[in-house]
This record gives sequence, C-alpha cells and structure tokens, in this order.
Amino acid sequence: MSNRYSAWALVRGAFARHANWPAAWRDASPKPAYDVIIVGGGGHGLAAAYYLAKNHGITNVAVVERGWIGGGNTGRNTTIIRSNYLYPESARLYDFSLRQYERLSEELNYNVMVSQRGLVLLAHSRHDLDAMSRWANAMRMNGVDAELIGRDELASRVPGLDLSPRARIPVLGGFVQRRAGTARHDAVAWGYARAASALGVDILQNCEVRGFVTSDGRVTGVDTNRGRIAAGRIGIAAAGHSSVLAALAGFRLPVTSYALQALVSEPVKPVLDTVVLSPGTGAYLSQSDKGELVIGAMLDLFPSYAQRGSFAITQSILAGVLAMFPAYARLKMLRQWAGIVDVVHDSSPIIGPTPVPGLYINCGWGTGGFKGIPVGGWTLAHVLATGENHPLAEPFQLDRFTNGRLIDEAAASGIAH
Amino acid sequence: MMTIPCPHCGVRDENEFQCGGTAHLTRPALDASDREWGEYLYFRDNPKGGHRERWRHAYGCGRWFNLVRDTVTHEISAVYPITETPPR
Ligand SMILES: Cc1cc2nc3c(=O)[nH]c(=O)nc-3n(C[C@H](O)[C@H](O)[C@H](O)COP(=O)(O)OP(=O)(O)OC[C@H]3O[C@@H](n4cnc5c(N)ncnc54)[C@H](O)[C@@H]3O)c2cc1C
Ligand SMILES: [Zn+2]
Repeated sequence: MSNRYSAWALVRGAFARHANWPAAWRDASPKPAYDVIIVGGGGHGLAAAYYLAKNHGITNVAVVERGWIGGGNTGRNTTIIRSNYLYPESARLYDFSLRQYERLSEELNYNVMVSQRGLVLLAHSRHDLDAMSRWANAMRMNGVDAELIGRDELASRVPGLDLSPRARIPVLGGFVQRRAGTARHDAVAWGYARAASALGVDILQNCEVRGFVTSDGRVTGVDTNRGRIAAGRIGIAAAGHSSVLAALAGFRLPVTSYALQALVSEPVKPVLDTVVLSPGTGAYLSQSDKGELVIGAMLDLFPSYAQRGSFAITQSILAGVLAMFPAYARLKMLRQWAGIVDVVHDSSPIIGPTPVPGLYINCGWGTGGFKGIPVGGWTLAHVLATGENHPLAEPFQLDRFTNGRLIDEAAASGIAH
Repeated sequence: MMTIPCPHCGVRDENEFQCGGTAHLTRPALDASDREWGEYLYFRDNPKGGHRERWRHAYGCGRWFNLVRDTVTHEISAVYPITETPPR
C-alpha cells in the first residue's frame, strides 16, 4: 500500500498540521470492461472486491455503487458483531466472520475499531431462560463462546438495568457472548475500499445499474447511467435492493424489503460498556465511543423501500428501552433513521449462483449482515473467482427454498422480527 | 406514522394494524412440483412501487382487507375487501 498508516505516519502528519493526508482510495471512472463487476458498494461488495484481489489475484474488478460507498445499510447499522447462532452451518459462517473482524484492522491497515465489549441477551421469563440455555448450549457445542449469567452478574455488568421487584419487565437472567461487540461501520467500508483500491480495484460511485446485458442467456455486462460496462462475471451485493436487481436480470428472490430503524441519543459520559439486547422488548442498545446511546429497533413490519422509520416503532422501542433503563428517560434523541433490509424466511443469507449463468448474488442478510461482511465478501469472491461455492457458503444457496433445507435461524435477528 | 383507512372503522393509526404481506397469492394444486411450491411459499415480486397487500385491523375490528400501497412513498391508492379482485 502506497501510504501505510502507522503511529509514525500520524506524527509525520502532525508536523504538516494534518493538511497533507492523501485520499484513502481512488474514485475511478468506468473502463469499458472488467473481469468481474460487483454491484453495490456496501461492506459486502467492497469486501468481495478486496478478497477477489487478495485471495484470488483478480484485480481487474469494478465495484459499481449507485450512491456513495457505505451509504446503504453498511453506514446505517448499529455496528454489532457477534456469532451467537443456533445451527452448525450458521455458527461456522458467522464465527469465521467474527474471527476475521478480530484481525481486520491489521489485515486492512485501517482501524475499524473492533471493541469486544460483549453482548448480553436478557431473559424475561422462565421460557426465555429455557430457550437461552438451549441457545447457549448449542453455541458451545459449535465451539462458540457463550455463558449463562444470573441476576448478580447482570447487576454489575449492566448498571442502570431495572432489576428491582417493581420492574415493568422482569429480568430473570440471560447469557453473554464475551467475544461479541461493536466495530466502526464506516471504517469497515472505507478500510475495505482503501485496501481494494490499492490492489487495483476500481470503485465507481454515482453509477447505478439499470439493466443487465446478456448473450445466449449468460450475463455479459451491465447498463448504467455512466454507460455500458462489460464483464464475464458479475456479483450482486445490494441488500434491500436485491429484488430490484434480480427483476432486471429476469428472476425473483425469496426476499422482502423492510425498513429497519435505529436512533442515537445525545452523547453522555460512559454509562453502558456492553451491548444489551432484549428479545422481549425488541430493543437493543450500546454506547458509542463518542458517548451516544445507539438504540436499535425491530423491523417496521410492512414492505418498504423508504429509508425512514415509522414513528409507531420508534415509540414502542423507546418505551422498551425506558422500561429496562428508567434512568435514561431524560436523554434527548439526536437522530433517527432507517435502512432497507433484505429479509428471507429463514433469516439466513444467500451466497452463490443465480438462475442466470455468470451472475452471482450475496443477499438475505436482513437485519444482521454487518457482522457478516468479512465472510460474505470472502465467499462471494470465492464463487466469482472459481465458479464453485465456498464450503462455508454451500448450505446457503437459493435452492434451499425449493428443496426445503432451510436454516431457520430465529437467532439471526436475536429479537423478534 | 401511516394512517390507514379500515373499510369498517375508518382512518386509524398504523400501530392498530398488522400487515399480512402480498395479496392474491394462489395456493398451487396438491401435485405441485417442489419448484412451484417453493415459489408460492417464499418467492415474491417485492416491488419498489405499487404493492397489493393484505392488512388486518388487529387492535380494532380485527378484520382483514386489501390495500394498494406504494412501498416508496407509503401512499395508499386503493382499499378493497379481502374477497375482491384488485382494482384495475
Ligand atoms: C438500522 C439498522 C441496524 C442494523 N444493525 C446491525 C447490527 O447491529 N449488526 C449487524 O450485523 N447488522 C446490522 N444491520 C444489517 C446490516 O447493516 C446489513 O445487513 C449490511 O450492512 C448489508 O451490507 P451490504 O453491503 O450487503 O448492503 P449495503 O451496505 O446496503 O450496500 C448495498 C449497496 O448497493 C447499492 N445499490 C443498490 N441498488 C444499486 C444499483 N441498481 N446499482 C448500483 N448500486 C446499487 C446501494 O446504494 C448500497 O450502497 C442493521 C441494518 C440497519 C438498517
Ligand atoms: Zn377496523
């Protein structure tokens, strides 16, 4: 990489009053043809481009993004990374991803601010406790860390949580994945973009795919607002817009697009040093390094492509947060927004070929694909480069919706979506 | 917050309602192939724009009805009974 970031580079930058930092990556213009085109410049698309170059030596690659990179869900999510899934297939997939996150800052020479502050899931009833024992045990059987914790540990780990007998929503216990935590979402997009760009990948912004070019049924390129671009292999990583792109290519997906919203409060001093998730209230929260409480919600449960969130859900999520943390009642909320997420019936992703030869897709991550960016990029790159599914992605194919081999991860969302 | 016109109760706030997804899906015959059955259960148009969908006035009269709603603007352009075919 031409410009390696390091402590020394920071010192050198300081002498120049930080005025001479070059752009981290090249904003390229479209060439007429590439070996591979990736549609969608979110985390998954950028990571796929990076791993195409890094793992497979394919550098004649373009990432085609209709807006700006990271402007989709990758820059809109609540940044939680975890691998607390139920089934072996998912445990393998998501834990591979979490392990990549653990070394991602070194891999990319870019600080993605991974903070393994742990994720606490709350049990609000006897049934929740039973379900969580099963869940935590399944994780341990799959080699992923999980520990059931009682009210005493909750009281010290989650200050402010209402554990009193008068609590509106009683908390009986819970479990923790200590390796879970948060990462800086923009940095993940920018870090992959910078590393991919340094290896020769073209990042094309303000470039919207409006059609696919085919010849004898095979995909041979894309039509964009910046002209036609040819490529023998094309990967789609467009999250909430996956169905729109599939329709352009002439097939349908088992996907419904919904708005998922989040809010942040004004910044305050440290009050919460872990991630707390309550399946019962549908709310989850953490505190950002800037001090804002980052509050995530459940889905707005009607199909939507509008990147705002319904006030009905905002209300119910805030009510849930206040029932758990009465002391937060006087916090002011600074921002509320939504992203359009691609939800499939079994809450598991799809990474592999489509019905159109040469065209591959990575979608279906729904409400939880930030944590999956490293593995989603890795496995999409693998199938684009080799034509074979990566073993980790093999169970996550489109055909599971016709042969019935669903990987029904209620745990995917962690909350009742 | 959307306001939704229940054909039985009039215009009410969105949080009284529950969306039941795409309307007018026809269940295939019992001898349907795996492909047809999978299409019926899981595959959707998921349009960006007009969508015909079922809603239930869950915290009101409890009855089902159909809407034509734009998935981008959330604008509702038609309301019609659950047993009726969609307006042209
Ligand atoms: C509020 C919210 C909270 C979330 N919280 C979490 C969380 O805590 N943890 C977690 O793991 N996940 C979370 N998620 C989910 C996560 O954000 C997504 O699963 C993930 O970011 C998807 O990444 P992506 O790269 O596939 O999609 P995106 O980042 O959405 O990228 C897709 C890109 O495709 C582009 N595109 C679309 N159509 C076209 C076209 N025709 N031509 C060119 N480009 C196109 C879009 O502009 C977009 O930039 C959350 C999501 C939301 C909305
Ligand atoms: Zn009614």
